[in-house]
Amino acid sequence: MTNVGVVGAGVMGTGVAQDLAQKGHTVVLVDNNPDALDAALGRIELECRMSRMLGGPEVDAAAVLASITVGTSLELLAETEVVIENITENWDLKSALYAQLDLVCKADTVFVANTSAIPITKIAALTSRPDKVMGVHFMNPVPMKPACEFIPGYHTSEQTKETVRALLESMGKKPIPVNDASGFVSNRVLMLTVNEAAFLVHEGVADAKTVDEVFRSCFGHPMGPLETADLIGVDTILYSVEVLYEQFNDSKYRPCPLLKKMTDAGLHGRKSGQGFYSYQSMG
Amino acid sequence: MSNDACTQIRTFITTKFPDVTFSDEEDIFALGFVNSLFAMELVMFIEKAFGTRIPNEELHLGNFRSVSLMADLVARQTSAAVG
Repeated sequence: MTNVGVVGAGVMGTGVAQDLAQKGHTVVLVDNNPDALDAALGRIELECRMSRMLGGPEVDAAAVLASITVGTSLELLAETEVVIENITENWDLKSALYAQLDLVCKADTVFVANTSAIPITKIAALTSRPDKVMGVHFMNPVPMKPACEFIPGYHTSEQTKETVRALLESMGKKPIPVNDASGFVSNRVLMLTVNEAAFLVHEGVADAKTVDEVFRSCFGHPMGPLETADLIGVDTILYSVEVLYEQFNDSKYRPCPLLKKMTDAGLHGRKSGQGFYSYQSMG
Repeated sequence: MSNDACTQIRTFITTKFPDVTFSDEEDIFALGFVNSLFAMELVMFIEKAFGTRIPNEELHLGNFRSVSLMADLVARQTSAAVG
């Protein structure tokens, strides 16, 4: 059992906290927004109740919730062995957070960045412990996904890799090693696909439902790219495409204006009740 | 109650999938237009619309396969609450 800190109670942080607690770890979930923490606990309870129905194991929601401590102060992470960071894909926010984590956590605490596109080596440089910083790209919904990208930074030590690998394996996840580059493998391809799908809607070539229908019916994908965008979060898609654009300085990563407008309008997908599709019952 | 529940559940589904036709007895999962994520929406809708909390032993796909099976589930929960 590992004492794990999880920072950020959004879609990914909530899923990571739930999965860790289900696998017997103790979790400290920290977010600067108390409403996000309340929503996370509600979401975790529902997901645990629904686990068997969605093809997973039977999960004792009360036991899972009892393993999770929540709070708004980073000081709560002082005794954790591993901290998994899942905050918004924004460099300024990440810079401020890692500097604070470096101060409040023990010297040997390992930091795991669950980022969508920011290079791990760049994040590690924000801390005094670049050998103890590692990237893991979890997939959503976290408790149901059997694999993740496993991304060491330039300075990541073998010991750190082993610590993180063991934690992932305890969660039933297969770590797939890839080298450090913005977007890694998955998001380098996926974010551009979603961005281009948004351009198709933006230009009136097809509506969202038709775009997804092509991917479902012609390619046999279980979900189309715009359903996937709603699941990930339209805002997260935009921020990830912006990071790719910034990192590669290549115009092929130019973000679709529709993603910007939807993000500004609060149409963030499933989590907000409206994205490319409506999810009003989720509110 | 059951007919009313059927109507409300059917309205919820057809609002999301206006192009699909199906009877109250048909297996909506077998028809292929809904997925497991929609199953979660169905649970949230039923709990909110009918003011009930579905017990864990009732949370299985068998209870959500058709409009009439969901209405039966609602009827069981509301009669349990009254009784």
